[in-house]
Amino acid sequence: MTELDLNRHNLYIDPHLSVWGWEIAVYLFLGGLAAGIMILTATLGRAPPAERSRWGRLLVFAAPVALSVGMLALLLDLHAKLHVFRFYTTLRVTSPMSWGAWILIAIYPATILHGLGSLTAAEIDRLAAWRPLRALRLGGLVTWGAGCAGRHEGAVRGANAVLGVALGVYTGVLLSNLGARAAWNSALLGPLFLVSGVSAGAALSMLGPLSHAEHAALRRWDLAAIGLEVALLLLYLLALASGAERSGQGAAALFLGGRYTAPFWALVVIAGLAVPFALEIAAGRHGRRPTLVAPVLGLIGGLSLRWILVLAGQA
Amino acid sequence: MSPRYSMAVDTRRCVGCNACVIACKEENALPPGAFRDWIATETKGVFPHLQQEIRSERCNHCARPPCVRVCPTGASHVNAGGTVLVSPRKCTGCSACITACPYDARFINPKGYADKCTFCLHRVKQGQEPACVASCPTRALAFGDLGDPQSPVARALRARTPKVLKAETGTEPHVFFTR
Repeated sequence: MTELDLNRHNLYIDPHLSVWGWEIAVYLFLGGLAAGIMILTATLGRAPPAERSRWGRLLVFAAPVALSVGMLALLLDLHAKLHVFRFYTTLRVTSPMSWGAWILIAIYPATILHGLGSLTAAEIDRLAAWRPLRALRLGGLVTWGAGCAGRHEGAVRGANAVLGVALGVYTGVLLSNLGARAAWNSALLGPLFLVSGVSAGAALSMLGPLSHAEHAALRRWDLAAIGLEVALLLLYLLALASGAERSGQGAAALFLGGRYTAPFWALVVIAGLAVPFALEIAAGRHGRRPTLVAPVLGLIGGLSLRWILVLAGQA
Repeated sequence: MSPRYSMAVDTRRCVGCNACVIACKEENALPPGAFRDWIATETKGVFPHLQQEIRSERCNHCARPPCVRVCPTGASHVNAGGTVLVSPRKCTGCSACITACPYDARFINPKGYADKCTFCLHRVKQGQEPACVASCPTRALAFGDLGDPQSPVARALRARTPKVLKAETGTEPHVFFTR
């Protein structure tokens, strides 16, 4: 036997690490969701305006909203909230959290420009005349932004796609960079959180009234993302379980018989991946009217994945 | 040449009396439930053939500190003599450094910043030993400049076989344990 007894009892550290809670899980989920929306709206934006629904056009605005709520959760997690400005007084090349802080800032102009470019002329006029914007003398900026987005449509969509991928991967790298925690010590978390974010973005999109073409396109994206997510999850578990390090094997055991087995398989794999995949295949093959079940389950699965992994890394 | 502060813990002398823990709390005015050093008791073997090692542990002031690497604001930094320190005014309390440390040596001070052992740099600068070293009744702790062959730590490491904790993580700790 080997038994290690510590007389230390630091708050959030002992008996096991518990510094990161729901705030980080929600932040990582909403960050991934925003990334997914940015990537998907960048591809949907290639369709002619006539084929696009109002919901599909306005969807891009969900990215900055989701990100803002996520950043609020992140702020709640900080123990020195008044020092939050310190993220923006430096760029630490070796710190993914520092990179992420700057990526988040770049996302606002990119998504808002893309959103303005997706509006019709009448919608732009209504928005520019909106009383709060008028009071802040921002009406002209809205019109200028919409014109600018229209002139550089391809560049704006490209920036959204690139920043979306950066944001999605960053949410995973944030954890995978912390090699001291066995369940996070995997380079697969970056791509895993990226495809999970795309799936969550597609799920959120499918909650609203999309056109038939948009729905079919998003369903294809979601099916591909779910397929990739399953493959990456399998590789992640295999790499942990078959690795030489005992800590990695212990982390894999958390999902294969240990503490997080039931929530992981029930909420992430079955409810979040298998059921939405089956429902979307059925909807596509048999032309069934899509319901909200698949997207709601997809969103629950995406949040559960982050939550369980955040906790498992500290187990 | 700048010094490289290090510590050697003689596990044959350490009796786990907690004097170092209390001295640290007193010296650094740590609040209740906050520890910069602690006693680890590791028992190995099959009864009755057991081996026990008692260690006074703290931040390892690593030469490749992951806490400094992940810090997004530069609050965690390497200071004089290779000591790893935290600037409270720069720290956001994001806890990234806490999750990055393989030794769980850090904690959040109730004032909102990441806190940890400083090797009592304020004492060392005045020519004194860290509080834990000065308080040890069995002289199990040795501190000093690793580069100075006459320093207590260099002599302690020459006399016995040293090891570091979790060497496989590649952090190159500068707290050594001898037996």
